[in-house]
Amino acid sequence: MPIKSLDELRALRASLQKQVDLREKGESTEDVVEILVGMGTCGIAAGARDTFNKLLAVTEAKGLNVKVISVGCVGFCHMEPTIQVNLPNEEPVIYGKITEDKVEELVETVVVQRKLMDENYLIKSFGKAVL
Amino acid sequence: MRERMTLLVCGGTGCMASESEQMLIDLKNKISELGMSDEVRVIKTGCFGFCGQGPIIKVQPDNVFYVKVKLEDIEDIVNEHIVKGRVVERLLFVDPKAKNLVKEHKDMDFYKKQYRIALRNCGFINPEDISEYIAVRGYEALAVVLNENKPEEVIEIIKKSQLRGRGGGGFPTGLKWELTAVHRREDKYVICNADEGDPGAFMDRSILEGDPHSVLEAMAIAGYAIGANTGLVYIRAEYPLAIHRLETAIAQAREYGFLGKDLFGSGFDFDIEIRLGAGAFVCGEETALINSLQGMRGEPTKKPPFPSEAGYKNMPTSVNNVETFANVAPIILNGPEWFSSIGTEGSKGTKVFALAGKINNIGLVEVPMGTTLREIVYDIGGGIINGKEFKAVQTGGPSGGVITKQHLDTPIDYESLKNIGSMMGSGGMIVLDEDDDMVEISKFYLDFTQDESCGKCTPCRIGTKRLYEILDRLTKMEGKPEDLDIMEDLCINIKNSSLCGLGQSAPNPILSTLHFFREEYEAYANRTKKVSYSINADKCIGCTKCARVCPVSCIAGSVKKPHVIDEDACIACGACYTACPVDAILKP
Amino acid sequence: MSMVNIVINGIDLQVPKGTTVLDAAKEVGVHIPTLCHLDLHDFGVVNKVASCRVCVVEVQGRAALAPSCAEMVYEGMVVNTDSLKAINARRNNLELLLSNHPFDCLVCTKNLDCELQSLAEELNIREIHAVGEKMDYPLDKSSNAIVKDPNKCVMCRRCETMCNEVQTVGVLSGLNRGFGAVVAPAFNLDMAETSCTYCGQCVAVCPTAALTERIDLPKVWRALSREREHVVVQVAPAVRVAIGEMFGMEPGTISTGKLVTALKRLGFNAVFDTNFGADLTIMEEARELAHRLEHGGTLPMLTSCCPAWVKFFEHQFPEMLDVPSSCKSPQTMLGAIAKSYYAEKMNLDVKNLKVVSIMPCVAKKAESARPELSKEHELNVDFVLSTREFGHMIKEAGIDFAKLPDTEFDSILGESTGAAAIFGTTGGVIEAATRTAYELITGENLEKIDFEDLRGLDGIREASVKVGDIDLKIGIAHGLGNARKLLESIQKGEAFYHAIEIMACPGGCIGGGGQPYHHGDAEIIKKRQKAIYEIDKNTPRRKSHENEMVLKLYEEYLGEPYGKKAHDLLHTCYTPGEKI
Repeated sequence: MPIKSLDELRALRASLQKQVDLREKGESTEDVVEILVGMGTCGIAAGARDTFNKLLAVTEAKGLNVKVISVGCVGFCHMEPTIQVNLPNEEPVIYGKITEDKVEELVETVVVQRKLMDENYLIKSFGKAVL
Repeated sequence: MRERMTLLVCGGTGCMASESEQMLIDLKNKISELGMSDEVRVIKTGCFGFCGQGPIIKVQPDNVFYVKVKLEDIEDIVNEHIVKGRVVERLLFVDPKAKNLVKEHKDMDFYKKQYRIALRNCGFINPEDISEYIAVRGYEALAVVLNENKPEEVIEIIKKSQLRGRGGGGFPTGLKWELTAVHRREDKYVICNADEGDPGAFMDRSILEGDPHSVLEAMAIAGYAIGANTGLVYIRAEYPLAIHRLETAIAQAREYGFLGKDLFGSGFDFDIEIRLGAGAFVCGEETALINSLQGMRGEPTKKPPFPSEAGYKNMPTSVNNVETFANVAPIILNGPEWFSSIGTEGSKGTKVFALAGKINNIGLVEVPMGTTLREIVYDIGGGIINGKEFKAVQTGGPSGGVITKQHLDTPIDYESLKNIGSMMGSGGMIVLDEDDDMVEISKFYLDFTQDESCGKCTPCRIGTKRLYEILDRLTKMEGKPEDLDIMEDLCINIKNSSLCGLGQSAPNPILSTLHFFREEYEAYANRTKKVSYSINADKCIGCTKCARVCPVSCIAGSVKKPHVIDEDACIACGACYTACPVDAILKP
Repeated sequence: MSMVNIVINGIDLQVPKGTTVLDAAKEVGVHIPTLCHLDLHDFGVVNKVASCRVCVVEVQGRAALAPSCAEMVYEGMVVNTDSLKAINARRNNLELLLSNHPFDCLVCTKNLDCELQSLAEELNIREIHAVGEKMDYPLDKSSNAIVKDPNKCVMCRRCETMCNEVQTVGVLSGLNRGFGAVVAPAFNLDMAETSCTYCGQCVAVCPTAALTERIDLPKVWRALSREREHVVVQVAPAVRVAIGEMFGMEPGTISTGKLVTALKRLGFNAVFDTNFGADLTIMEEARELAHRLEHGGTLPMLTSCCPAWVKFFEHQFPEMLDVPSSCKSPQTMLGAIAKSYYAEKMNLDVKNLKVVSIMPCVAKKAESARPELSKEHELNVDFVLSTREFGHMIKEAGIDFAKLPDTEFDSILGESTGAAAIFGTTGGVIEAATRTAYELITGENLEKIDFEDLRGLDGIREASVKVGDIDLKIGIAHGLGNARKLLESIQKGEAFYHAIEIMACPGGCIGGGGQPYHHGDAEIIKKRQKAIYEIDKNTPRRKSHENEMVLKLYEEYLGEPYGKKAHDLLHTCYTPGEKI
């Protein structure tokens, strides 16, 4: 369904806004957790695909309301695979070196217990252009 | 003379609005009154991307970050910090969340010094889901210009933003569009140059993998501005994931009507095709790229005529780099003034760098133009691996040169890098430490350029080969003192007379290192360089580990007795150095 | 034309817009050395790749030096050709080229005819500073005409321009990259495996010996030194107006008599004229055209005397093999007659009879080796020498060519008409054919022998000649690129002709690949053309069918023109080739 005007686009955007609010401001109306997995070439080469699959398996097994999303490279080559966890009402946090074997611990610590996983904690968000 | 301290005063729009201009003058006056103008430098820099805390003053090399500075604080900063070396605690930045959230060991500079425009969506949205891009105001810039601006107004906006090409040369993007727009021809083309080829550079790939729509949207905007209906992405075939995501993005954009006929009901048609290159470095040069696109040998042709006049299919063509395109939508949405408030006098906005080499935090960083190398290496990059001594940073890849310790505080932009014999290039930054051999580094780059030379013109085809051969002879201790003169003559000639930018910049790695580290070349040319490892007999415990790993069996000694290396036979592979458990092996 | 003001080395001058810096500098007597540059103005041949970087000059306001051969002037341009920066760059680039060039100059085919060698002398190169590896490609001697030595390639790309843009044959192009870059056929195939026509235009423009003709001279010396062998020689029409250049004579000097004297002194048993073969060709070809016109045969009829053109249409237009005339070329016709009629008349064993041709051409070497051009394993022509090889032969023998007296060709296969003479230039074959066809078809005497409309140097020309009731439409093309255009327009039905003459080389045989090197001076080719028409004008008989020896040949030996025996000896067939 082609978008034929600026207004249509803005309306569409408004309806999609919620999709990224959690990531941007830690705001969410629903109790959903998002985990972004850096799946650029670098990430995949470092094992991000296995991490991604494992995240899906673990969160499903635990019956958690978690969206696992594949995204591009964040830029931390030395810390790949990197993932970003967006918890409702909290500032997003990026974790590094989350290989497949770290997934279980991450989900348990960060998603279930809502604690930081110090060992792998990298940064919060970047300073970036707000559009 | 080398300054002992540098004060960076934010000159971004936000801080300028809060009297930073006056602070700059006051600081300079105060320092001059104290007779310290020679040792303390005051520099106006671009926006730190931290406007909420402005005005900001940064003191290097102490790496102290003063925020919300007022005119009356200047006296304290000068008297306390500069004269007495005491930090003015009350002006220090305190990360409010840091206190209650995390331990302090992760320095805020690590991420706060980065400011992401081109990479704004990378790692943040799902690149294969167009709705996520739309959710972050994707395609709004395109819709806005098609609705509200004439093509020449779009060009005006880009010109006003002072965006310059991020592919290396730094040509003003708006001007390039304008030069293409003025030619009235039946067909015109927008080409996205995604033939990223510098060793160690991968910013374009990351953008295409992480945020392909931002490039597509910008290409459509460029098409509207210059009057082109077709866009071509020339991408190297070695980037399968980027190609896949681009293909997905193009299909989705067509479905939503962001590409195709009559975009946003404006009557403007624009569509994009992907063309795969075989990954030749020279095809990053725009005329070579166009030849390659047309199925011809990927070699450059003489300019003029420039592609803006006669490019693809001999029609006016604007060739822009991926990162350049990634800056376009934000400029349209936030306004050119916002963009030009970031950066330095001549270089606006941010630049993405690929940090590599002997640095702790290898990766992609995006910083405002004018950020110093020291900040990138030490704050963002986390310093040198294993606490080694910093030696230099190689920027601009095979076309660039080195920045040494003495220029660590140079605010990085197009001009400053050129002035010190390097160049921005596409943004590779390779950090070198005390162990790195500059002649070997030059040899590495010349090996690359002589191989990647298209072979068209004499100086590049044969000259770079000869340069490589000289370097090879030098490092094998087969050189002669006069080799340095021959090499320098060759460098100058290749720079002056090569046909394209690849050739003209090919000698830069040598010229730059020859300038800063001539003694290293001389040591080779005079064959005085020590190239073998040796053993400190006092430390050696006679464990035999070194002797066992030596590939040429040139280490002798009995068990529990100090070992000896036959220096003539040693090939300096370093295996013994790594194997030794007690640090008894001495490097050459 | 709008003019621009520029300054070269402090000299103010005004030149037309679109002039190169190189040409502008010439105007004020400023010499800039060049290597890759080639501009045959009247023939539309320009090589402007600007790759050698020998002609670089300093343009005020620019950091990098500019190639003067490709740099266009602009208003207010300030150029310095003699700054240190420019001089150093030129010398340095030439040194680099030499550092990657074999030093076998003493025995090189191009010794003293090599542009790289002259340049090294001009720029006073006495030492190569940066020595290193040299290219090491195998020598390609696969073809019967052209020898390719990639190690002598300087990447000037002139051959590529000739092969691709002018001839549209597309065999030669840049291959590999970096130091290994060289001009070669795709996949570095042997020349013999490609669709190369052997036109030799690559050879004609190569500044070094990267592309040269196959040298057959030693074989000729050997044949001459064997008592048992009877060696006859023939000389093509275009050789006599060019050979003098090898001896410092003015281009366009007619040296027919001297050339015959030289050949006799060199020991050839008989000296024949390929022009005799040309008259013979017209007898057959005019008859074939008349036959096609009368019997509704395939039209247009294309001439077939140029072997490069024959090879071109075999590869590029294999579906049109019925269009060219089936006539052999003059050299092979004469060869066939020498080995039959002449041999019988002289009572010679054909096995001991060797025919040598002196040709302005490289392709003739390959033509003579074509299997269908031999009879019972005896080639029509045994050895083909280029005009250049012939010149070297004379020099070797110590003959002072310029001072030689004139001698006549041996009469038996030596008589010729003005019509044969003009075979040497574009338009000549068809003009000769028209002179004969006119009288053949109409039975009337042709009053006005000169067909000015068919002459000139435009790449594609056409004319209409009233021949009885027919308005004979004639097309002419020289240069294979022009031939392709003409043929494509016929294929598409955009043009119709009754007869078409095609010559592969720009200007025809006078600009042949085997002629003395013109080194980029198109005036030389024009002067040769003038001389050709001069010969025609001064020959008493100017129509092929008036050649008494030719008529005698038919009467005594061949029977009817275009008849059974003539077919057997003077006609040939074509084989479709591939485009590689």
